[in-house]
Amino acid sequence: MGCWNQKIEEMPVDELRQVRYRLAKSLITHAYEVSEFYRRRMREQGVRPDDIRSLEDIGKLPFMYKDDLRDTYPDGLFCVPKDDLARYHVSSGTTGKPTVVGYTEKDIENWSESLARAFSSLGLGRGDVLQVSYGYGLFTGGLGVHYGAERVGATVLPTSVGNTERQIELMQDLHTTAIACTPSYLLHMGEVAEKMGVSIKDDTDLRIGILGAEPWSEQMRNRIEGWLGIRAYDIYGTSELSGPMFTECSEQQGIHIWSDLVLVEIVDPATGEVLPPGERGEMVITVLQKEAFPMIRYRIGDITIMDEAPCSCGRTHPRIHRIQGRVDDMLIIRGINVFPSQVEHALLEIPEVGRHFQIIVDRKGALDTMLVRVEVSEEAFSDKITDLMMIRKMVEHRLRGSLNVGVGVELVEPGSLPRFEGKSKKVVDRRSL
Amino acid sequence: MEKPYIIKQISIFSENRPGRLAAIAGALRDAEINIFAFSIAEANGFGVVRALVDRPEDAHRRLTDLGFRVSFTEVIGIRMRDEPGGLSEIASVLGDLGVNIEYAYAYSGRDGAILIVRVDRIEDAIRQILDRGGELLKTPSSR
Repeated sequence: MGCWNQKIEEMPVDELRQVRYRLAKSLITHAYEVSEFYRRRMREQGVRPDDIRSLEDIGKLPFMYKDDLRDTYPDGLFCVPKDDLARYHVSSGTTGKPTVVGYTEKDIENWSESLARAFSSLGLGRGDVLQVSYGYGLFTGGLGVHYGAERVGATVLPTSVGNTERQIELMQDLHTTAIACTPSYLLHMGEVAEKMGVSIKDDTDLRIGILGAEPWSEQMRNRIEGWLGIRAYDIYGTSELSGPMFTECSEQQGIHIWSDLVLVEIVDPATGEVLPPGERGEMVITVLQKEAFPMIRYRIGDITIMDEAPCSCGRTHPRIHRIQGRVDDMLIIRGINVFPSQVEHALLEIPEVGRHFQIIVDRKGALDTMLVRVEVSEEAFSDKITDLMMIRKMVEHRLRGSLNVGVGVELVEPGSLPRFEGKSKKVVDRRSL
Repeated sequence: MEKPYIIKQISIFSENRPGRLAAIAGALRDAEINIFAFSIAEANGFGVVRALVDRPEDAHRRLTDLGFRVSFTEVIGIRMRDEPGGLSEIASVLGDLGVNIEYAYAYSGRDGAILIVRVDRIEDAIRQILDRGGELLKTPSSR
C-alpha cells in the first residue's frame, strides 16, 4: 500500500542510518545537558556524549530499566517545563508502582505520525470507519490509535471497551470497515455476534483488524482471518515507548519500526550484549525525537527477532517479528535461552497434542534437564503403545528443533495440566542453584 | 457375517502413577459396569488400560465425562481349549493364516478360555478363523 511519508519510509538504508545516528546523538547530548538522571548515569558508566561517534557507539551507554521509571515517579525524568506538557499517560502498574509518561505537543505529533504511516501501509485511510475498541484513558492504546486514524482521514468510532452487543450493532449500522482491539476480544466479538445471528464475515463491512496489546500467534491470525473474513495485522506499542506505535504492512511480514522515531537494539537478556540481526533477544529501545522525556537504551522486556532487510513493500525500516515472550519468563537451559512461549507456539502446530503444557526443569548432576508435559489429543489417541511412543518422539523432535535444546516429553492424561496463564504453574523449576 | 464377532474394547490412556487404575475401576463400579477382561500395557511414564465390558458405550461416556482419554478398538475373542496346548493350537492357526497379532491378552472364565487379539484386517481374520473351524466370541449385545 502507498506510503504516508514516502521520503522517509523508503529512504535508502545507509541514509536512514545517518538520520538515526544524528537523531540519537542530539538526543543523548540534550539528555546529558538537561537531565540530572542521565548525566549521573553516563558518568557512572564513564561515557560522555562526545564518545558517541557512530550508531554502534550507542552500545557504550548504560541501560535503563523499569525500576528507573518507578524510582523517579512521578516526574523525575521529565526534561521540559511542566507547562510544555500536552498530556500524561500512566501505565497500569500491575507489578508495583505505576509509571508516568509525558508528551509535548510534538511528541503527540510524532506518535500520530508513526500510526499514520502504519495505517497507510496496511491500506487504512479516507473512506474507512475505524472502530477503536481499545481502552481510552490512561492506557495509551485507545487514544494513540484514535489520533493516528484521524490523521490519515479515516472516520473514527471511539467505542472503547465493553458492551459487546452494542459494539456489534454499531459495527453494522455505521459500516465499520476496520477495528482496533485485542485479538481475544475480536474472537469474543465474533462469538457474541453469532449468538445475535450476525456473521461478521457476511453481515458487516469489516475488512481490517488491528490487533495487539496481548500475545497472539500465527494460528490465531489464520483463525481470525478465515472465520471473520478480514485481514488481521499485528500492532506493537507500550506505554513505555511513550509515543510511537507500529504495525505490520499489507505484506504481513513483521512489524515496521520507524527507525527515525525509535531505535531498536536486540540484546542477550542475560549478558546485555548486542546481538546481530536475526537473533532472538530482548528489545532495547531509544525513543528518538522525544521531547518530554528521553528514553535511552530502555530494557523493555519484550523478546523478538529483528530483520533489517528492506520489506517487499519497499519500506526500508527494520521489522520485528511477533513478540515471542517476556524476559521475566526466560529459562536458561544448559546455557540456551528458552521461553515458554516458544513451547506454546511449537505445540500449536502439532495437532496430536493439546495446547496445554507444563515445563519441568531439573538438574541431573551438572546437567539441566527440561521435560515438557503434554496431553494427547482425542483424535491422536491410539491404544497401541507404539503409536503413542511415536507421538512422544515426534513432539520431542519438533521441540528440539524450535528450542535448540534437547527436551524430554511426557504424555499425561487430559485435564491434568494447568489451564490458566501464569508462569507459576506452567513452569516448575526444581534446580537448586 | 463377520460383524457379530467384532468386539468393542475400550482403551483408556493412563499415567503411570499410583491410583490411576483405581480411578478407572471405581468409575466403572459406580456405573455398575462389569469388566470381563482387561490388561494394562505400559510404556515409560504412561500406559493404556484395555478392557472388555458389558456396556462399552456407557463405559466410554462415563470415563470421557470424568476427563479420561478413551477410545474404542475392535478386537476378536477366540475360544481356546482350557487345557495344555490350547494356546498353541490357536496361535498356530493364526500363524498359518498369516494373521498378524498387534497385541493379545487372555482370560479363563465362564465361557472357557478366551484369547483376545487385535489384528490387522479384522474381517479377513474372522472369516479365515471361522473357515478353519475356530470358535469366536460374539459381542455381548448379540449373545
